[in-house]
Amino acid sequence: MDTLLVILIDGIVYSSWLFIVAAGLTLVYGVMKILNMAHGSLYAIGAYSAASMVGWYFTNGYVPWASYLVFLAAAILAGAFAGLLIERGLLRVMYGRDEVVMILVTYGVLLILEDVIKLLWGVEAYFAYQPYSLVGRTKLLGITFANYDFVLIAAAVVIGAMLWAGLNRTIQGKLLRAVIHDRDISMAMGINVKRTFFVTFVLGSALGALAGGLTAPALSVVPGIGIEVGILAFAVVVIGGLGSVGGAAVGALMVGIARAIAVHTYPQVELFVIYGVMAMVLVVRPQGLFVSTVARKI
Amino acid sequence: MSSILETKGLTKSFGAITAAANINVTINEKEIVGVIGSNGAGKTTFINMVTGYLKPTGGSILFRGRDITGFSPRQVTRTGICRSFQVAQLFPELTTLENMLVAHAMLSKKRLGMQAPMKSQTNIDTAMAALSGYEIESYADAPVATLPQGIRKLLDIAMAMASGPDLLLLDEPTSGVAIEEKFGLMDTVMEAVKRSGAASLFVEHDMEIVSRYATRVIAFYDGHIIADGPTEEALNNPEVREYIVGSELHLQKPEDDQNAEN
Amino acid sequence: MLKTDNTSRNLCIAFVLLLLVGLILPNWLAFLTTIALAKAMVVVGLVMLMRAGLVSFGQGLYYCLGGYTVGIAGQHLGITDAVGILFVSAFIAGCLAALLGLLLCRYREIFFAMLTLAFSMILYGVLVKTSELGSTDGFNVAKVTLLGWQPSPGQLSLVVYSLACLVAFLTAFFMHRYYQSGMGFAGEAVRENEIRVEYLGVSPQRVVFIKYVLAAMLAAVGGSITAMIAGHVDPEMAYWTTSGEFVFVALLGGTGHVVAAFIGAFLFEVIRTIAFDLAPYTWQMILGTTLLLVIFFLPKGLWSLLKAKKVGGNNV
Ligand SMILES: Nc1ncnc2c1ncn2[C@@H]1O[C@H](COP(=O)(O)OP(=O)(O)O)[C@@H](O)[C@H]1O
Ligand SMILES: [Mg+2]
Repeated sequence: MDTLLVILIDGIVYSSWLFIVAAGLTLVYGVMKILNMAHGSLYAIGAYSAASMVGWYFTNGYVPWASYLVFLAAAILAGAFAGLLIERGLLRVMYGRDEVVMILVTYGVLLILEDVIKLLWGVEAYFAYQPYSLVGRTKLLGITFANYDFVLIAAAVVIGAMLWAGLNRTIQGKLLRAVIHDRDISMAMGINVKRTFFVTFVLGSALGALAGGLTAPALSVVPGIGIEVGILAFAVVVIGGLGSVGGAAVGALMVGIARAIAVHTYPQVELFVIYGVMAMVLVVRPQGLFVSTVARKI
Repeated sequence: MSSILETKGLTKSFGAITAAANINVTINEKEIVGVIGSNGAGKTTFINMVTGYLKPTGGSILFRGRDITGFSPRQVTRTGICRSFQVAQLFPELTTLENMLVAHAMLSKKRLGMQAPMKSQTNIDTAMAALSGYEIESYADAPVATLPQGIRKLLDIAMAMASGPDLLLLDEPTSGVAIEEKFGLMDTVMEAVKRSGAASLFVEHDMEIVSRYATRVIAFYDGHIIADGPTEEALNNPEVREYIVGSELHLQKPEDDQNAEN
Repeated sequence: MLKTDNTSRNLCIAFVLLLLVGLILPNWLAFLTTIALAKAMVVVGLVMLMRAGLVSFGQGLYYCLGGYTVGIAGQHLGITDAVGILFVSAFIAGCLAALLGLLLCRYREIFFAMLTLAFSMILYGVLVKTSELGSTDGFNVAKVTLLGWQPSPGQLSLVVYSLACLVAFLTAFFMHRYYQSGMGFAGEAVRENEIRVEYLGVSPQRVVFIKYVLAAMLAAVGGSITAMIAGHVDPEMAYWTTSGEFVFVALLGGTGHVVAAFIGAFLFEVIRTIAFDLAPYTWQMILGTTLLLVIFFLPKGLWSLLKAKKVGGNNV
């Protein structure tokens, strides 16, 4: 019973975190058809920005509760800024290339960003535990949980809801969905696709960085944290179906719960389980859960 | 006359749309059949089903008495039915000659070699001979992506014919080709078909072309066959006149002028 | 009509030269060349897939498998014969690839890339958690022997170097012929238009399957040679960044000719070594920038440069 509860909570916390990372990735793919390998690096940038901001904030002894606003804003801004630079400086001249070539382009970006991060923040670990300990712990059926984990869940729900509302309830969101559905027709109808791309990429980058920022207090921020995360986010996005935000949520839940089960019962198979779930989903649904195939007309 | 292809009650629906309903067609040895019908009448769907690209919702397909329903395009090709496409299906980055070489290599009874060069002199000679059969040998070294529409259509047909099929299904061989070139193209194709001894069926919107080359005409309308008989008779069928010929004679527009890139 | 093709002759010359040069190469350069040759084996397989329009982001799976085969055979089974191990690891990789290939041959583009990546990450995940095989640290592999002869530590690197040259030569020789064969062109046909391939009576899936298995075997051989020369294996060999590196090298060289993979691999090792020496903190940045420049200015890889030169030279 206890393990079950732990697995459930752990699974949901991990899923929330995965969802936040994956949402930006899938959004960018849906609109731009770019599978951004550097998404993990944007995550890392967010984590580092948040961690340094937390460090600075608490050293100066400002009001602790307001720190959330400050460090999350720092992560979002850093991500958005990096996204802006990448889109304007690089992707813009690469649009129209093959999807697989674009993967390689973003792989190049990843290599560059990994070193940029080391240059900016060094190779020492950063700790930003204050926001984590600030919210304290809760005892639930005799088991202690960090409240910060619930903050993560709440953040995932809020972000998911905002994305949903943004895509379905606003004009801009509807335009985005039009572009996701059919880029050529959208362009013919006069939607400014270039601008849509720009906004989407910046938004996606900011989301990736926000995920990093949210995680920073929960662990030590060290070089290379983005590499692993990026690849996990791929698994999630591919399971849900590339470009589907709802799919990312379901994919995150599947991976999160499966991982939690593995970690608490048979930890050796942790990574195996994550990619095993992805492989299994692709076997059954080659395009992921929420995307359907269209046969070519001849 | 012995029949080589027979379809019985062939039906295809896409969700609520019935693209082909109860299609009964018999094609005889060496016959040349024209197929007419406005856009969306189900002509391509019919060819797709016969060649295995689409699985029929109902009915059966017999080739020389053998049931080939549910075969893949691969198996259908191997049994002796070939087709051309509304939009030529080629290998755009390869040259015309290479396209033909690949067609020969794949259609030959032997396995694809892993060490023997595809461009051996014998293979090249065979391929060049095939190209000259369609009067496109002068384009041999041009990448397909640079070829004019008409040449692509011819290459598409030449590649299909490389296996020496018993039956050739041509889906709008003249679509996307300038009006003044249509007759020349059809002359070339029909001559090659006659040489090979295959039976053929071609989809065509231009009634002049249909009456010039076909001995028999099948008219499709809204997924059904509304006429099937000797050319004159079928074209003068009142229903055909009302639904197809009347409009067709004014609007000779190819139904798909998309580029062959994809 | 037929252009004379001197590749086979040139490859023989290059092979003899490489062997001779091996006698005088400084240690570090011999090591670098061996690694480059080993990685080029993986890249040759990857290029074969890329010519069929498929990019595998998981060749690290077989690279690692090949490496671990050497390690396990030497350390746990007492099999150290270099040539024998190469065959064994190619065989094992071939079997695994045949299994996974049944599934993978139905996938294309991004899905092929991601699924191959997933499989390599599964192996990584398993190795990282297997303490018997040293977990994340991996383990040292036993020194290889050659037909019963145990080379001294001083001779070992020369032996592996020569073996790498031989294997690379054979690979290049046969792969060059393969590219020109019916099966070689079938790959390009699949890349260009699968529907046409189907209608020519050939199964695109089968073509992809065969290529995938061949590529896996080459990757395993490359991994084995790497393990022999480095004397160490670790799970990093299966990590996706390793696979990404192979894709990078394939792109750097280009897919136009079998030799391109070797040039690409050698240059990559050189760039990396120099970058690592000159700028230990920014070598990845240098690599990344190189990658972007190649994609932007030389979408067909360095090979297109050589080819352009050759054509120009002939015209003069
Ligand atoms: N793959 C498909 N999915 C859904 N509907 C299709 C598909 N292929 C054809 N149709 C529909 O079937 C009908 C017949 O199409 P088609 O056979 O292409 O007509 P034709 O070739 O006579 O112009 C059309 O209404 C078309 O929209
Ligand atoms: Mg049609």
